[in-house]
Amino acid sequence: MSNTTAPKNEWPLWEVFVRNKAGLDHKHCGSLHAADPQMAIQLARDVYTRRQEGTSVWVVRSDQIVASDPGDKDMYFDPMEDKVYRHPTFYALPQEVDHM
Amino acid sequence: MTQSITIGKAPEVQYVLRLADSCLILGQRLGEWCGHAPILEEDIALANMALDLIGQARALLTHAARLDGQGHDEDQLAFLRDERDFVNMTLVELPRGDFAFTVLRNLAVATWLKLVWHRLAASSDAELAAIAGKAVKEARYHQQHAADWVVRLGDGTEESTTRMKAALETLWPYTAELFDSDAVDQAAAKAGLGPASSEIRDQWQAEMGEVLSEAGLAIPEATPFVSDGKRGRHSEHMGPMLAEMQYLQRAYPGGVW
Repeated sequence: MSNTTAPKNEWPLWEVFVRNKAGLDHKHCGSLHAADPQMAIQLARDVYTRRQEGTSVWVVRSDQIVASDPGDKDMYFDPMEDKVYRHPTFYALPQEVDHM
Repeated sequence: MTQSITIGKAPEVQYVLRLADSCLILGQRLGEWCGHAPILEEDIALANMALDLIGQARALLTHAARLDGQGHDEDQLAFLRDERDFVNMTLVELPRGDFAFTVLRNLAVATWLKLVWHRLAASSDAELAAIAGKAVKEARYHQQHAADWVVRLGDGTEESTTRMKAALETLWPYTAELFDSDAVDQAAAKAGLGPASSEIRDQWQAEMGEVLSEAGLAIPEATPFVSDGKRGRHSEHMGPMLAEMQYLQRAYPGGVW
């Protein structure tokens, strides 16, 4: 994700998160280039909330995001495939317990 | 070619029309940046602002047409009037220039419009007050966006500072017109329609001064020059701009897509 070899004259990349209604999560919706936080917020507003998508915007420097290595995907995530007992639905509940 | 139309000279019509035309013409000038702005994100931002201004112009033109009572609509007013019947401030018709000139003009106009909208929100004309109530939020953002750039460029590199200074020298003399009161706006002020131009000057000067000083730019000396676009006497840039803006409706009357 972070590009440490970016050309010197290019502004840093920012990830944009938009919340479209109070009470909902901020959702990642894209990225943009900006010189600093203030510009990033303004441009995020202009680029990603033009069609009333937002009531709140977050921006985060892309190089500040720590991501899992795609090469580790098998090791990280595949072992969960056969652990159905980690889902609550695996367990049969007594009749008396309604609406769990 | 479709016949040109004219609109009445009643002060309330002219008052609304000056505002409408100023929004429309700046919207058209900002639209010229589409596909040409220095970065993609700013390209979208400028187009957004152009569309905000055109939206404000549409509402005002429709209202001016209603006050005029000849049964015209917003499109006819925008596309079928001749140059001398446009009454925008000369400042907004000047060529788009470089990015420094564009953001500085946006700052000057957005600051002016914000103050005007703010006052118009209490207009005796309910329709005008409603238009102003919506537009003031847009103008506030335009002002902030432009102020941000003016400070960045004014207080930036040697190149950006040079360009901001040049833009300020070019633009400043045209700001006098914004505050030049005449019979039209004195009648409006008397009727409670909206402020006379001169009433806005002090606040505008104060807000501009704040941004320019943060940008390290000095306000140029006032000159005796006062442009006269709002009385229909325009700069040499207006005609070619209108030719481009009106071409389609003049050549293909009523054309839609």
